[in-house]
Amino acid sequence: MARVVVVTSGKGGVGKTTTSAAFAAGLARAGHRTAVVDFDVGLRNLDLIMGCERRVVYDFVNVINGEANLNQALIRDKRTEGLSILPASQTRDKDALTFDGVQTVLEGLAQDHDYIVCDSPAGIERGAHLAMYFADDALVVTNPEVSSVRDSDRVLGLLASKTHRAEQGDEPVREHLVITRYVPERVGKGEMLSVEDIGEILSIDLLGVIPESSAVLNASNSGVPVILEQQTDAGQAYDDVVARYLGETREQRFITEKKGLFGRLFKG
Amino acid sequence: MGLFDYFRGQKKTSASLAKERLQVIVARERGARSGPDYLPALQSDILDVVRRYVAIDDDAVRVQVEREGDYEVLELNVVLPDED
Repeated sequence: MARVVVVTSGKGGVGKTTTSAAFAAGLARAGHRTAVVDFDVGLRNLDLIMGCERRVVYDFVNVINGEANLNQALIRDKRTEGLSILPASQTRDKDALTFDGVQTVLEGLAQDHDYIVCDSPAGIERGAHLAMYFADDALVVTNPEVSSVRDSDRVLGLLASKTHRAEQGDEPVREHLVITRYVPERVGKGEMLSVEDIGEILSIDLLGVIPESSAVLNASNSGVPVILEQQTDAGQAYDDVVARYLGETREQRFITEKKGLFGRLFKG
Repeated sequence: MGLFDYFRGQKKTSASLAKERLQVIVARERGARSGPDYLPALQSDILDVVRRYVAIDDDAVRVQVEREGDYEVLELNVVLPDED
């Protein structure tokens, strides 16, 4: 049985698509057949981050409308075996995604995949609701910043009430926190919410902390999921996220300050 | 806490301010979420009734459900305007 994982946040620009691409690529690298689905109808971007924008022929909405079958629409990743991408449609019709349509597509994907990663659009409208509705697990992507934390809490409320699992009274969606754009030096100076602060407010399991890193923009510039850049800090942090999700115990590597000798003398 | 911070005194950092503000707003919004569905309708009905007698602002009526142990307390707060 495939597991459906939604990557969500409420707030835009916090790293949902970056996380979806990295997480899906990581699962595939670990040997799991993985599909990553872009739910952001009208604002397709996962294809760019995954570097397959020129290979898009059919999309999610084409499949729902029966204009193409799943196999025609799925793009097989060239770098990572076992990874496929289902791009969002660029239609301006907000109602292009339907509950039945999404369910049918997810059931189709579940036939030959182990994980289905749903990249949610920002906001809490229809697209975001549909992205989370059939989820078994949720990665809640949060920046150490007040508006992002508040929106994440709002999204946690929706995960607990507006999902298929919640409505059926099944075991609740498993929620995992992924903190992105973290700068330990600023946390040390009291300028940024710490991992502990955010954990205390949202009180969900911490899956990982991705440091603020030039590697993320570099990777997106070249259309490579940042997890494949294994020599970079963000790449390694996402690798830890995937490993922990799959049950491995790994220490947090990117939450302490890199102190020089001078810093150590004067900062106690 | 470094040596210099000691001399600088205990000024509140912006991160601790952020945390305090978040704790308050998140608690309030969670309270509103977990309350019964009819609360917003009740709030607007009460607003209408009070307005038959006195002109008040939209945000002058606050309805809140507090949980205390086994029972729930429905708290109504109506702020009347100052008399000129």
